[in-house]
Amino acid sequence: MNPPVATPFFFYLLAAIMIVGGILVITRKNAIHSAMALITTLLAQAALYLMLYAPFVAGVQIMLYAGGIMVLFLFVIMLISIERSQKERQFNKQWLVGVVAAAALGGLFITVYTTTSKGITLFVERRMAYSENQNTQLIANLLFDRRGGTYMFAFEIASLLLLVAIIGSVVMAKKRI
Amino acid sequence: MLDISTLHYLVLGAALFLLGVIGVLTRRNVVIVLMSIELILNAVNLNLVAFSRYWQSIHGGAALHGQVFAIFVITDAAAEAAIGLGILIAFFRNKETVNMDEVNLLKW
Repeated sequence: MNPPVATPFFFYLLAAIMIVGGILVITRKNAIHSAMALITTLLAQAALYLMLYAPFVAGVQIMLYAGGIMVLFLFVIMLISIERSQKERQFNKQWLVGVVAAAALGGLFITVYTTTSKGITLFVERRMAYSENQNTQLIANLLFDRRGGTYMFAFEIASLLLLVAIIGSVVMAKKRI
Repeated sequence: MLDISTLHYLVLGAALFLLGVIGVLTRRNVVIVLMSIELILNAVNLNLVAFSRYWQSIHGGAALHGQVFAIFVITDAAAEAAIGLGILIAFFRNKETVNMDEVNLLKW
């Protein structure tokens, strides 16, 4: 198997796309522009999944997020009127407190990552290239196999959660509850 | 060039998580708050998949627990988006607004 090509360059490119997309999501006035920036971020993240040897998760990310959830978002944005909300104030009164709280959380992250990464090396030691044509099969073994299926029960619970979500959203969107 | 370690992915995930937290705490538009929640969930997913690769490098190629967990998180995100947008439609039908700080029906 060929070793990966130009991994640092693509990592920094995709990271830059994701960060810029995230900033656009939380700053745009028009909700549709935010949705487009979020789709860009999600697609860049799918590419990062490919770099992490997770092709199945990348496909699920593209189909479910960019194809499913974001279309749902766009439909709802078109259902509610966006003209009025664009003329209003975009940030709430507590925005300064929110930014300070987020900055405190960022300081916590920086502290944790700088102090705990000293002793530990998180580099993947050998430059391992995993076979990608078995990834889906291995995930299915973890999910469905009778002996090794560690996550069989969790999978059933997830399907129940989706059923509850379907019923809940139908009930919520009814005209008279 | 330097190789990319798991820590690079963790730092990127932390940055996305912070952006999502800022969006949740400061925006008024409910739709954008829901999108910020999606950003937070995606940051967690990135961490999970990065740790999955690190775990693979220790325990062999079949140790994909992080990726399986990321799929569960995506399932939760789909459920959360459906319910949240349903609540948003019901709310917009009653109050004709999409602003977070005008949700005060239970306040006294």
